[in-house]
Formats: sequence, C-alpha cells, structure tokens
Amino acid sequence: MKATTKERLAPWLAVIALLAIWEGTVRALNVPPFLFPGALATFEAMITFAGPISMHSWQTLWTTVVGFGLGVAVGLVLGFIIGSSRFMYRACYPLLVGFNAIPKVAFVPILVVWFGIGSVPAILTAFLICFFPIVVNVATGLATLEPELEDVLRVLGAKRLDVLLKVGLPRSLPYFFASLKVAITLAFVGTVVSETVASNQGIGYLMMSAGSQMRMPLVFAGLIVISAMAMVMYELFAVLEKRMTRWAHRGQDR
Amino acid sequence: MTATTTETPAATAAGSERAFVDFEGVSLAYDDSGNAIEDISLSIRDGEFVAIVGPSGCGKSTFMKLCTGLHGPTQGSVRVAGEPVTGPLKISGMAFQNANLLPWRTTLDNVLLPLEIVRPYRSQFRKRRAEFVGWARELLRTVGLEGYEDQFPWQLSGGMQQRASICRALIHQPKLLMLDEPFAALDAFTREELWCVLRDLWQAQRFTVVLVTHDLREAAFLADTVYVMSKRPGRIVERREIDLPRPRELETTYREPFTSLVLELRAQIGEIRGGAA
Repeated sequence: MKATTKERLAPWLAVIALLAIWEGTVRALNVPPFLFPGALATFEAMITFAGPISMHSWQTLWTTVVGFGLGVAVGLVLGFIIGSSRFMYRACYPLLVGFNAIPKVAFVPILVVWFGIGSVPAILTAFLICFFPIVVNVATGLATLEPELEDVLRVLGAKRLDVLLKVGLPRSLPYFFASLKVAITLAFVGTVVSETVASNQGIGYLMMSAGSQMRMPLVFAGLIVISAMAMVMYELFAVLEKRMTRWAHRGQDR
Repeated sequence: MTATTTETPAATAAGSERAFVDFEGVSLAYDDSGNAIEDISLSIRDGEFVAIVGPSGCGKSTFMKLCTGLHGPTQGSVRVAGEPVTGPLKISGMAFQNANLLPWRTTLDNVLLPLEIVRPYRSQFRKRRAEFVGWARELLRTVGLEGYEDQFPWQLSGGMQQRASICRALIHQPKLLMLDEPFAALDAFTREELWCVLRDLWQAQRFTVVLVTHDLREAAFLADTVYVMSKRPGRIVERREIDLPRPRELETTYREPFTSLVLELRAQIGEIRGGAA
C-alpha cells in the first residue's frame, strides 16, 4: 500500500478502531444498554428512528446555519470596524473578551423570556457563541500591516480606506476563513445547548427527551449525528479556505 | 563637528543650477526625546543620484519621510520642485529593504498596484488597463523579470522580489525615487547585480534618486553625491561629489581611485562612531 493511500485511510481506520473498542468494552463489562449502549445498539437505534432523527437533525442544521450566517455577517462588520482603527481596537477589545467569557448557556433563559421557546433562541445562541472568533480574526488580520508598505501606498495619496481594501482585507482573508472552521463547530454547540434547554425540536431536544425515557441508544445516536454534521461542515469550510486563500498555504498544498 | 557643515553653502552653490529637492535648516523631533535629525540643509539637483550614508539610527529613514512629505519638519522648510512640501508627495516612489510585495497578487499585479491608487491613473485604471500592463511588462523586462510576470512573489527569489519592488516604485513614472537600504538583505552577488540594474534604469530615465544605505561601496558606485550623516541627532557632516566617469563598470569598484575613496569615507564614518569600529 502506498504511503499516501495509507494516510488517506488513517482517519477511517481510527473511527473503526474506536467503534470496535467501544463495542468490545461494553460487551466485556456487560453494561446494560439503558446506561451505556454499545456501538451496535446505537447504530440500530439510528436505523429504527431514522425518520425522527432526520427531522430533528434538519431542524438543528438549519438553525445552526442561520445562526452561523448571522455570526459571519456581524463578525465581519465588527471585525472590520475594530481592525480598521487603533482607537476602536483599544476601545472594544476588552469588552469583547469580557463578553466572550460569559457562558452562552446563561443567555438561553433570557432569550426564552424574550422570544419564547423554539427556533429563535437556538439561532441566537448559535450566533452569540460563534461570532467572536470571526471578529477577532478579521480584526487581527486588518490590524497587522507592515508600516513600510503603508508608507509606499500613503506616499501615492492612498486614503485609509484604500489601504484597507487593497491590503488589509485580502490579508485578513486567511484569518477569516480559518475562523469559519472554528465558528461553525461552535455554532452547533450553541444550537444544541439551546435545544436541550428550550425547544421541542432539534437533536438537542431529541436527546433530552430520549434521555428522560432512558432510551440511551437513541441519545447516543443523536450525539453521533451532531458530530457527523459538524465534521461535514468543518471539512466544507476547510476546503473553501484552501480554495480561496491558496497563496497563504503555499508549500503545503499537494 | 558642526564645522564641517559649513560645507553646505558649497552644496547649494553646486545645486543652484536647479534645486529639485531643497532642505533649509530642517529639524525633526518625533517626541520630547530630542531631534531625530537636526539642522539639515542641502539641495539635490533634478536627476541627481544622491546617497546618504551614516551609522545605524542616524535618522536616514527620517530624512526619507521628510523628502516624501510623509512627515512634516519641526523646524525649517522642505521644498520639492519649487513647492513647499505639505503632504504625501505622489511624484515619489519608494522601495525598502523588505520587498513587501502582496502575496495574493502576481508580480505583474503587484507592479500595477500604485496605478490603482495614484491620481490621475487611478480613475483611468479600467479603461487604460491594457496600456498600463504594457508599461509594467516593459519595466519588468528591463530589470530582467521577463517571463515572471504571472508568478507569485513567493515563487521568486529575494533578488527577484526586490527587482519587482523597484518596478513597483517606478511604475507611475515618479520624479523622485526613494530607496531605503533596498539591497541590504541580499547576498553580495545579487546585490552587485542589482546595483547595475538600478544604474541602468537611472541612466535611461534620469529620475532623481535618494538612496539610503549602509554600504559605502554601493553609495560610491551609484551616486553623484554622497552625504555622510552623524549619529543621532542626525546632521550632515560631509558632502562628497563622486566624479568618477560614467557609465561606471562594476570592475572599477575594485580598483583605484574607487577603493581609496571608499576607504576615506569609511574612516570618516569610523570617526563619527567614536572610533568604535
């Protein structure tokens, strides 16, 4: 087997190994499935409940994507504002750090009071949790500019906005795309957390209610579906990142 | 030390045929820590090649900022082409030790960048793009970068990047080319090659050049006039005309009278540094 094919198969081998260890441990220790179902039982639940699972996954997926979209829009604008001036950077950065330190679960009860239970709190929680890395990355990309290059352009009569559009923005693109990968996974966390607390739809809700009925295989099926969705989205943005900012990955792409 | 600055009247006399850049008693203090440069008076003729040498931190880069209008003087006046300098001077092009090319643009697009910014080309950029591309290709050809137009900067060697950087500084046909140690990061062979590139460009187009450098051979080989600056606060302590015949060949730098000229300059700088050399 060639080294490259080996590398390509490696993640799948790891998954299979993990599943095998999981199933093996559960069987060897004889754990009852209502406490900790094995891989096979989970897989079985996934097939039996394919209908409800796909319905709830769709709910989780679209709320996550909408929240993520909001996060990207707001993150870009805020990042641009903060990164474009030293003053704004100094002024806003501590606030953002403080805001980011608040556990986003703490917002869910407030959002429920404001918007009731359902999709809106899920979308907003996803948004709140995911926009921060985007802001920080875009702002940093814009703020790091070689002073000499700025001189070269300023002497030609370039205005601040020229420099930002010609140099700052393209330069911050790799940072931006890198942050999207982080943000999309965070957005899933936000949605699912909100669904567990305040919704009657979505994978979070499904797991919650299945858990309360001790149907653990279904709970685990939910977990696996979430992580699968997050992985697919992550890979999607990883590919997008490589496509859009090839110049920043020189030498690595092969 | 101030005694030597009495040479400056001679400088103005020599430049009187037509002063293009004119410094009169110029000082600049960035903050309260004292002057970065002090009482600089000199004039540069139209089309003159001037080199400024001096120890590290003597305010050579400050001099460049004053020349191009990126910074105003605290005292004295700076005039370029007869006009007092009040803001960034778009008739100047700049290149630095670091080529600073944008990695997401091809070499050609990097060279074109100034035309997207500077007036009047800025508003004509779309309409005249084909013509501008022609200028850029021609310029890249003259510095030996033909065939590399569509490569990205990170695919070029350091010397090639620096060639492109000089093209970028020249694309809008500036009257004044400011170079801040442009060859300092290159290996010795590439550096000498680029001296010749710059020499030929200047010989062909006759823009005015201010070259800031640490390298005395570089200064003496390229310049008409070498100014020596003192330690901070930077003053002009010596003005020296290099009357070696042109066009100069690289070989002359290894022979008399070039070598003794460089030795003299070197001794002077050693003195300024307090014999620490």
